Amino acid sequence: MKRLASGGRIERSEKLSVSFDGRRLPAVRGDTLASAMLAGGLGTVARSFKYHRPRGIYSAGVEEPGALVHLRDGDRHEPNVRATTTEAFDGLTSGSQNAWPSLRFDLGAVSGLASPVLGAGFYYKTFIGPFRQTTRFWKWCEHFIRKAAGMGRGTYRSDPDAYEKRHRTVDVLVIGGGAAGLSAALAAGRSGAQVLLVEQDFALGGALLSEPVGHAGDAWLDESAAELQGMENVRILTRTTAFGAYDGKTFGLIERVSDHVKAPEAGAVRQRYWQVHAHRTVLAAGAIERPMVFGGNDKPGVMLASAARSYLNRFAVLAGDRVIVATNNDSAYVAAAELAGAGAEVTLVDMRERIGPELDELINGAGVKLLLGHGVLEAKGWGRVRHACIVPVDAAGRAIGQKTIVPADLIAVSGGWTPAIHLWSQIFGKPVYDAGGACFVPDAKPEQHIQTAGTAMAAASMADVIEQGFARGSEAASATGAKGDCGPAPVGLDSGRFWQSDFRKTWAVFNLQGKTEGTAFVDMQHDVKLSDIDQAEREGYVSVEHLKRYTTQGMATDQGKLSNLNALSRMAELRGVQVPDVGTTTFRPPFTPTTIGALVGHEHGRHFRPTRRSPIHDWHVEHGAEMTESGAWLRPWYYPEAGESLEAAYVREASHVRAHVGIVDVSTLGKIAVQGPDAAEFLNRVYVNGWKTLAVGRLRYGVMLREDGFVLDDGVTARLAAHDYFMSTTTANAAKVLAMAELMLQTAWADLRVHVTSVTDQWGAIAVAGPNARALLSQVAGADLSREALPNNHFTRAQLAGVPVRIHRMSYSGELAYEIYVPSRQARQVWEALIAAGPEVNLRPYGTEAMGALRIEKGHVAGPELDGRTTLKDLGFEGLASSKKPFVGSVLRKRDVLEDPDRPVLVGLEIEGMSGAKAGALLFPAAGRTEGHGDGWVSSSTYSPALDRHIAMGLLKNGASRRGETVRVVDFVGNEVLTARVVANHFFDPEGERQNG
Amino acid sequence: MIRIECPVCGQRPETEFTYGGDATVRRPEMTNEDPQAWIEYVFMRGNPRGWHREYWHHVQGCRQWIVLERNTLSHEIGQAELARDAARAWSRTSEAAE
Repeated sequence: MKRLASGGRIERSEKLSVSFDGRRLPAVRGDTLASAMLAGGLGTVARSFKYHRPRGIYSAGVEEPGALVHLRDGDRHEPNVRATTTEAFDGLTSGSQNAWPSLRFDLGAVSGLASPVLGAGFYYKTFIGPFRQTTRFWKWCEHFIRKAAGMGRGTYRSDPDAYEKRHRTVDVLVIGGGAAGLSAALAAGRSGAQVLLVEQDFALGGALLSEPVGHAGDAWLDESAAELQGMENVRILTRTTAFGAYDGKTFGLIERVSDHVKAPEAGAVRQRYWQVHAHRTVLAAGAIERPMVFGGNDKPGVMLASAARSYLNRFAVLAGDRVIVATNNDSAYVAAAELAGAGAEVTLVDMRERIGPELDELINGAGVKLLLGHGVLEAKGWGRVRHACIVPVDAAGRAIGQKTIVPADLIAVSGGWTPAIHLWSQIFGKPVYDAGGACFVPDAKPEQHIQTAGTAMAAASMADVIEQGFARGSEAASATGAKGDCGPAPVGLDSGRFWQSDFRKTWAVFNLQGKTEGTAFVDMQHDVKLSDIDQAEREGYVSVEHLKRYTTQGMATDQGKLSNLNALSRMAELRGVQVPDVGTTTFRPPFTPTTIGALVGHEHGRHFRPTRRSPIHDWHVEHGAEMTESGAWLRPWYYPEAGESLEAAYVREASHVRAHVGIVDVSTLGKIAVQGPDAAEFLNRVYVNGWKTLAVGRLRYGVMLREDGFVLDDGVTARLAAHDYFMSTTTANAAKVLAMAELMLQTAWADLRVHVTSVTDQWGAIAVAGPNARALLSQVAGADLSREALPNNHFTRAQLAGVPVRIHRMSYSGELAYEIYVPSRQARQVWEALIAAGPEVNLRPYGTEAMGALRIEKGHVAGPELDGRTTLKDLGFEGLASSKKPFVGSVLRKRDVLEDPDRPVLVGLEIEGMSGAKAGALLFPAAGRTEGHGDGWVSSSTYSPALDRHIAMGLLKNGASRRGETVRVVDFVGNEVLTARVVANHFFDPEGERQNG
Repeated sequence: MIRIECPVCGQRPETEFTYGGDATVRRPEMTNEDPQAWIEYVFMRGNPRGWHREYWHHVQGCRQWIVLERNTLSHEIGQAELARDAARAWSRTSEAAE
């Protein structure tokens, strides 16, 4: 292995500091990590997943099964990165993984010695099957197995980088920037369509980059790229992988914005996730070369022939001096000739007996030794390839003569080609089998929005590739209405029909006994051997889905890019059927592993979802409130005074309300304007109680059910004018209630002349509660709020701090209370006016915790009771339901199961002792075993300052007849048992004298 | 990501919508007191393979309920119409039947 003095598409003068396991690699600009490793003479760069076998660099692209490394250290540590697609950059640090104590001497490799018994199904047969009565033995073993098997380790540190999402709609998306993709983009671009061309590499060109420098393709590539870059309607994204095709012509792309530098520049994102909606797509993702299967075919020093060519022509690295090229098709001949031309001693071993004269000429001219009708039976060498064992073979790949052992340090293999049809198949499913090339190709139909071109469509020559690309690009553009002239298709590039022509469909080599020699792998990333496929067939796992799961073939991070077809073919051979009869595996996104951070984008932490803030939010924060999340809302939880705890603060705040007056921000309540001549009828249908008699200027509490008869929500609605109602809902259910109202009014009740509009954000709401509430508001609003002028459940309009407001007289706390509805923009102004007038009446703000304590003292239901499992009867609202009219849920609420007298019903609980009950704790009778779900549960719990004891509400079987009974409150989570007395849920001022005062 | 042709707003991504269930069940008249009719409406659903009519709610847009044709097998999206138009057409047919 060595870097050549000339050639390649690299900048020799720009040396980069790149290291692997602390060793400096001779990297230059234009290298990948893999090419730098080869240039540095590295053989083993990783240990395999299961047997810890040494693995080297096998490919030069996304299909890499072996060379998985970790990049960077600290919080940017990234495991399982393919060295072959990692662009070298200055300051790149990388290291090996899955090896202990070191990559060279890995103790885990002892499992490789046991590989004959560690085949498919080993773990099941050994650990689970015989011990199926007890899982304990398996669990004990699992720990060690998981430690031994595996990939790199992630980091527990949080990701320091930023990611972003972008959306784009284009006429034509071209996936792949090789000859086919460039041709497609040229045709579509010239037509005037909006084109997005994506290429996963950092350079355009695809396979053209693996041609020798000075090849005719260079000029073609430069001209094409320049023309595309000059088109305003064409956008080119390099370092971008189209990883998934989704419904609605949507594609997921990851643009690696900053992965080719040590760390993103200030303000730059690391990766960008694109969601592209493309009317038409040309898939020009190329093809992946297929391995040959023989003993030791995974050893460092075995490499795809196309990869050896890439390293030679693109990176100027000669990957071996004594090279065996093993093949069954024409495409490897060019590689052999070029490797020989670069100074290697090359032997070409072809399983076929005959080749065309032009290949003969090519090989002879380059000085390559040719062995027809031969195959490589085994790669030999400790740690890396040192010899190749070559045998004459028959048409089935079976040895028919004696083996010869020849020295070799590189075995370049080519078993044919596999089109990269993943994105087509993700949408359109099953591909068709192309028997000539022994590969699957898209079942292309003109109406499909993804059309495939180039070697992804098994195009045989460069001329075909360009012609196909141009045709698909032009068709795609015209399908989107682009009318420009595409001009003539590019010409003048042909490398002969080497690809997939005259192909022998045999890629495994067997000894005289018909077995592979040594250990022969099909799936190199998951250590699945050819013998595992044979075993799966013997044991009846013959369908492709069973085969895959039994052997784990194709389930590694490469998703079987190299192994799927060889595994299918083997199974077809064993079963004596055709490959398509075995089936094909289903392609699913992502095409290559995708960073979760990029998919998340900025939607994490505080930005996971939008935060809703009340119009008075800033005041709360400025005045030291501790905020709490309530759905998407942030609400003041409590206002601590000088180091006060939550417990101390809410008790103080709640007591203050009962003694003086407090204000609380209730802007989060759902508010819905219900307007129209049939508004009352609408309310009559959604609420269980009657609304036809509600006069203008009055409020009414209502409860609504779901269609299935369970309680949905409750709230107070005001009649503002004859046809104008103002409905309030709980904070949590606002969206649900509005959506339900809209559905009804647009379908079943489309005849009702009613509009519902969310006005939650338009109105701020402030509750003023406490004995001094009237004094405060009378003074600030200058309105007559006397009991006679504004009785309970009435509202009035007033001016408060110069702002027109509505004052609703209603109480949630049980105190004399009002709710002030004020346009959002002036909500803070009104709040501050109340605070400013506060000292005379001893006004204090209170938070949601105190509000909760006050409502539990009064026995009002809230979210914990309206949990979707409770009925009117359960909550003691039976009397509210009108019998004179139908309403949503009125029939189904009377289902037998909901009428069951044993259903838990709402009760109050006086807790004995000094600690409170936990919401969710279960209720059990005073005596007996505490097993199962008990007789009910605690829904809401608080310390009651008014009663000076802990109280709770809960749902208890036969609760109404159990008043006075002592029950046990069992918290199985905290392992705590309390006793409580069952009481009515109205703990404080049950007659309501205070709120009606 | 499926894209839905909202009759009011035009083609929009599915993230603007919420799913609202089977649009082939019809709500009984308010005055219907037969529990079986309500049970059929609330609980009983077919599980068709192929084309299906579903409610989708354009919550992040015009807030209209839409009846959308969706193929449960291929996830293809067909015609969309306003639920209110579908309901109107429905009542016309049932009136005609009476």
